[in-house]
Amino acid sequence: MTTSLRPEQPVSDDLTSPLEPGRALFTTSMTTLSVVFTFFAIIPLFSVLIYVLIQGFTSLSPDIFTKLPAPAGTPGGGFGNAIQGTLLMVGIAALISVPFGVLSGIFLSEYARDDRGIIEVIRFGVNVLAGVPSIVIGVFAYGVVVLSTKTFSAYAGGFALAILMLPIIVRTTEEALKLVPWELRLGSLGLGADRFNTTARVIVPAALPGIITGVMLAVSRAAGETAPLLFTALFSQYWIDKVGQPTASLAVLIFNYATTPYADLQRKAWGASLLLLILVLAISIISRYVFRRRF
Amino acid sequence: MSSEQLQADQVPTKAVTAYKVRNMAFFYGTKKALDNISVDLPAKSVTAIIGPSGCGKSTFIKALNRIAEAETKVRIDGQIELFGQNIYDPKVNITRLRRRVGMVFQRPNPFPMTIYDNITYGPRVFGFKGNYDEIVETSLRRAALWNEVKDKVKTSALGLSGGQQQRLCIARSLAVNPDVLLMDEPCSALDPIATLRIEELIETLRDQFTIIIVTHNMQQAGRVSQNTLFFNTDESRIGQLVENGPTKEIFFSPKDKRTEDYISGRFG
Amino acid sequence: MQTQPSNQLEAPENLTAGGGSLQPDTIARGVFLVAALAVVGTLFWMAFVVARDAMPAISKFGLGFLVNSTWDPVVEEFGGLTFVFGTIASSAIAMLLAVPVGLGIAIFLTEDFLPEWILTPIAFMVELLAAIPSVVYGLWGIFVMIPIVRAVETFLNQTLGWIQIGGKSIFGVPYGPGLLTAGVLLAIMILPTIASISRDVLKAIPRSLRNGSLALGATRWETIFRVLLPAASSGVVGACILGLGRALGETMAVTMVIGNTPQIDTSIFAPAYTIAALLANEFAEANTAVHIGALFFAALLLFVITLLVNIVAELIVRRVSLERN
Repeated sequence: MTTSLRPEQPVSDDLTSPLEPGRALFTTSMTTLSVVFTFFAIIPLFSVLIYVLIQGFTSLSPDIFTKLPAPAGTPGGGFGNAIQGTLLMVGIAALISVPFGVLSGIFLSEYARDDRGIIEVIRFGVNVLAGVPSIVIGVFAYGVVVLSTKTFSAYAGGFALAILMLPIIVRTTEEALKLVPWELRLGSLGLGADRFNTTARVIVPAALPGIITGVMLAVSRAAGETAPLLFTALFSQYWIDKVGQPTASLAVLIFNYATTPYADLQRKAWGASLLLLILVLAISIISRYVFRRRF
Repeated sequence: MSSEQLQADQVPTKAVTAYKVRNMAFFYGTKKALDNISVDLPAKSVTAIIGPSGCGKSTFIKALNRIAEAETKVRIDGQIELFGQNIYDPKVNITRLRRRVGMVFQRPNPFPMTIYDNITYGPRVFGFKGNYDEIVETSLRRAALWNEVKDKVKTSALGLSGGQQQRLCIARSLAVNPDVLLMDEPCSALDPIATLRIEELIETLRDQFTIIIVTHNMQQAGRVSQNTLFFNTDESRIGQLVENGPTKEIFFSPKDKRTEDYISGRFG
Repeated sequence: MQTQPSNQLEAPENLTAGGGSLQPDTIARGVFLVAALAVVGTLFWMAFVVARDAMPAISKFGLGFLVNSTWDPVVEEFGGLTFVFGTIASSAIAMLLAVPVGLGIAIFLTEDFLPEWILTPIAFMVELLAAIPSVVYGLWGIFVMIPIVRAVETFLNQTLGWIQIGGKSIFGVPYGPGLLTAGVLLAIMILPTIASISRDVLKAIPRSLRNGSLALGATRWETIFRVLLPAASSGVVGACILGLGRALGETMAVTMVIGNTPQIDTSIFAPAYTIAALLANEFAEANTAVHIGALFFAALLLFVITLLVNIVAELIVRRVSLERN
C-alpha cells in the first residue's frame, strides 16, 4: 500500500529490503503452482507408459503374432489377425492418402507465392479437416462405403483411416518442403529449369526424408485410431481371406478386450497397447527430430 | 574509495556520484564482453556513452539496471554502486533497483494497451494508492507529450507515431519517479524531427534525473551530454573504457589517440 | 568467358515460347491444385453424406431431437438431449481442468524458469501426451484411473456432499465411471493442444515487451499477468477453443470411462453418455432405418458443433499469426 511513488528510505536500505510481502507471495505461489501443474501433466504420461510397458510386456509372446484369439476364458492364443488387419487397412489408407496428401503439400509449399488466396483457403480447409472428430469420419465412411457395399470391410476401414491421415500428410509434406533451403530453388530456376522440373527433380528429392517421416507419422496415428474402424471394419476372429469382409485391428481389439471381464483378454489388450505405443512413440520421436516441431 | 584513479578535473567536484563502477568485467556465458571498467557517473546530469558498434556500450548500460541478466546468462565481476549501494550484492532486490533506474530501449516498446494504462503500469504494479489521473498528466507533461495526446489517453498506445511512442516510454519510466534514466540509443529508430524532440526532452529532464544515454551519434552526444564515456574494443574484441570526462574535453581535446580518431571520423 | 553468338540469338525465342497453356509446368500446377482441392472437398463431401443419411431422422424428429431425452430403439423414439448434455458437461469439466494447467505449463516452459537442456525434454513429453492413442488412454483409464477417481469421489462426497442443486447433491454417490472420470481423462488428452499452442503464442511475443515491464520494476509473474497474457489473449483463447473441439469429439477414451448411461444427473460423479460414445456403441448394431438415421442425425450434430468450434479457433489463431507478421 504505497502512497508515495518515491521510496522514502535511503537508497541502500531500499534496495536491500525484500519485495513487498503481497508481491513476494504472488510470485512464489505462482511459480509453485506452475511447477505443480507441469508435474501433473507429466505424471499421466509416465503412468500410461509404465503400466503399458509392465502389463503389456508380460503378455507378449511369439504366439501373439502367429495365433488367432482363443475363445474367451481359455488361456493362450494371440492376435495375429489383428496385426494383419491393422497393416492391411493402414496400407489401403496410405495408398489413398499419400498421393493426394503429398501433391497437396507440394502445392501449398511450392505454389504459395502466386496463388495466395487459394492457398489460404486450402490451408484453412486442411486445418478444419484435421479437427473433424475421428468418429464422424467413421460415420462418413459408413455412409459412403458400408451402406453402398452392404458389408463391413477393410476397404471401409482403410477409407476412413485415409481421410484421417490426409491432413497430417499435407502438413508434414508442406513443412518438409519448406525446410529445403531457398537457394536450391533459385539455383535450379537460375539454370533455366521450369518450376515443375525444379520441384520434381530437386526440391522433392531433397525433402524426401521429411516427407517419408510425415507419412510414417500419419501411419502411426492411423494405426492407433479406433473410432473410425468400429463400424466400418468392425472386427473378426479369423485371418483375412478377402478384403471385402469384416476385419480385425489392434485398436478395436484393445477396446473390445478392455471391456470384457476376462483377465486373459485384458492382458492381451495391454499387449496390443504396447505394440501400438512402441510404434507411435518411436515415430513421434523421429518426427520431432526431423521437423523440430509437432504435428 | 579509490577515486585517485580518476583525474580530478574529469568529474565536476561538487557533483554527487550516482554510479560508482570499479574494475567491472562483464561476461556473456564464458565470453568476456567488457573488461576493467572503472568510472564515476555524476547524478543529475547527462552522461553520454559513445563508441563503435560492438564496443560494449549497450552491454554496459544494461548492467546498470541488471536487465542484461533477464535476457541471457551473464556474469559480472567487480563492483557497481548506486548511491553507495552495490547493486550486485545478493541482498539487493532487483525489482526495487529497477524501480529506481528507469530504462528506455532502442525501439519504442509501448505495451499493447491504452496510453493511460501504459503510464500507470508501474504505479499499479507497486500497489500505489493515489490519484492516477494526476500521474498520467504529470508524466506526459514531463515527457512533452501531453498536448499531443491529452484527448486520447484512453486509446491504444500503438496508434501513436514512433517518436510519440518513444516519448510515451519515457513518460512511462518517469511515472514511477526514478532516480536514474537509462537510454539505450533511444533515437536509433526515429526520424530527425522526432530525434530533435527527444533531445529537447532530455535537456528539460537533466536537472531532475541522472540520465545515461548510449548513442552512436556523436553530434547527439555533443548536444545533450555534460560528460562522455568513450568505449572501444581491444585486439581480443573485449570492450574497454578508453576515456571519459566532460563532453567538451572529449570532443575538443581528447587525450587518447583512439578517441581522437573516432571523434574525427577516422574509424567506426 | 566467351558466349556463343548463336545462344544470344536464340534467347528471345525461348523467352516467348513459354506462353502456351499446355506447358508441363501448367499441367503440373493443375494436378497439384486438383489434389489440394480434393482434400478440402472431402469436408463438403462429408457434410453432404452425413446430412443426406440423417434426412429420414431429421424429417421425422426435426429440432425436437435436441430437446427430447428419450432414446429407445425398441419403440423407435429418438432424442439426443442426454447425449448433448453429456458431451458438453464432460468437455466443460475437461476445460475447467486443462485450461489453467495447460496455461501454467505454457508459461513455465516459456518464461526462462528452466534452463534449455531440461526445458526441451519436458516440452516434448507434454507433446507426447498427444501421440498416445485414445483407446490406450481408455484402457489406462479403466484400470488405473477409475480406482483413483473413485477414492477421490468418496472423499468429496463425504466432505462436500451437502452442496446441492434442486435438492440433489453435486457430489453424489461415488461411481467410478462417470462424468468426472471422463472429464479428467479428456483434460489430460487436450492438455498438449492447449499447452503447446499457448506456448507458441507466448514465445512469439517480442522480448522488448518483457524487458519494458521488467525495467519498470515488475516481477516476472507481474509481467506475465499484466503484459504477456493480455498481449497473448486471443492466441490463448484460440488454443483453448481448439482443445475444446478435441474434447467434444473425443470418442474411445470417453466411451470407456463415462459409464454410457443416457441420463442427466446433478452429480458430477454420475454416469453419462456423449454423442461420440453413442455412435461408437450403437452404429455397428443399428439395423432399422430410423435408428441408423437417428445416429446419422447425432453424428451431424457433432460434426456441426465441432466444425463451428474449429472454424472459430482457426480464425482466431490465424488472425493472431497474421498480426505478428
